[in-house]
Amino acid sequence: MTAPAELPIHGNSDIVLVRQRVRTAAVEVGLSLVDQTKVVTAASELARNALVYAGGGQVRIEVVHNGVRRGLRLAFSDDGPGIPDLDQALTDGWTTGGGLGLGLSGSRRLMDEFELKSAPGEGTLVTVTKWAR
Amino acid sequence: MDRVPVLKLGDILIVSIQIDLQDQSVLALQEDLANKVVETGARGVIIDITAVEIVDSFIGRMLATIAAISRMLDAETVVVGMRPAVAITLVELGLSLGGVRTALNLEKGVALLNHIDGSEIATAAR
Ligand SMILES: Nc1ncnc2c1ncn2[C@@H]1O[C@H](COP(=O)(O)OP(=O)(O)O)[C@@H](O)[C@H]1O
Ligand SMILES: [Mg+2]
Repeated sequence: MTAPAELPIHGNSDIVLVRQRVRTAAVEVGLSLVDQTKVVTAASELARNALVYAGGGQVRIEVVHNGVRRGLRLAFSDDGPGIPDLDQALTDGWTTGGGLGLGLSGSRRLMDEFELKSAPGEGTLVTVTKWAR
Repeated sequence: MDRVPVLKLGDILIVSIQIDLQDQSVLALQEDLANKVVETGARGVIIDITAVEIVDSFIGRMLATIAAISRMLDAETVVVGMRPAVAITLVELGLSLGGVRTALNLEKGVALLNHIDGSEIATAAR
């Protein structure tokens, strides 16, 4: 099994790197092409959020197991301002940054598991998992 | 930062996205295309995303914005070559790209522009 990897998200080029590394990991775990595409898309959204709203952060890329099932888990963390209202942030179309407001809500749909932890002044942690079928 | 080349073929501008674009390059492409539409008087824009492995909300919005800007400048935009996995993912993400015309491939995109414009457009591109 591949060891977990930590990648910094400090600039626009890091978002591209995160996409590439997540793609490689998704292939290794044995996700289907459609699931690879979903995971990479969610990773792109969450990495951009860390960069845009928190000025940067990091992602931990990890292979996880549930019995014989393998999955890919991504944990995006930052020490930014945090999110005051999680339900609002998870509403389709809600944005404070002039975006489309689909990054969080869309990523939740694209992944099998989605956990958002955030509070004002305490940064943000988004953990998402996709299981191989 | 990478810049995506914009090719002119008759009355059509063709952009083929070949690399994983970072956000600044996406914004630069938006601007380059708007300028080129005016400069060349192009009547159609084709964005070929055959090689594009993911379209997230940032890139999706760029496609919609280019279509809207071009329309305002009297040109139609067609996005061609979207991969099935990309289409499935986009819909689940919540992006329907309602205002963006699509065609399966470059040939069909040119045919669509021809049809929209009636006649001469794209004859040079045949
Ligand atoms: N890492 C983060 N730190 C602080 N706020 C965030 C973070 N991620 C998301 N948000 C907040 O949640 C909102 C919704 O995010 P998202 O669904 O990705 O849409 P968008 O980025 O288009 O606004 C953002 O506008 C922002 O206010
Ligand atoms: Mg976002």
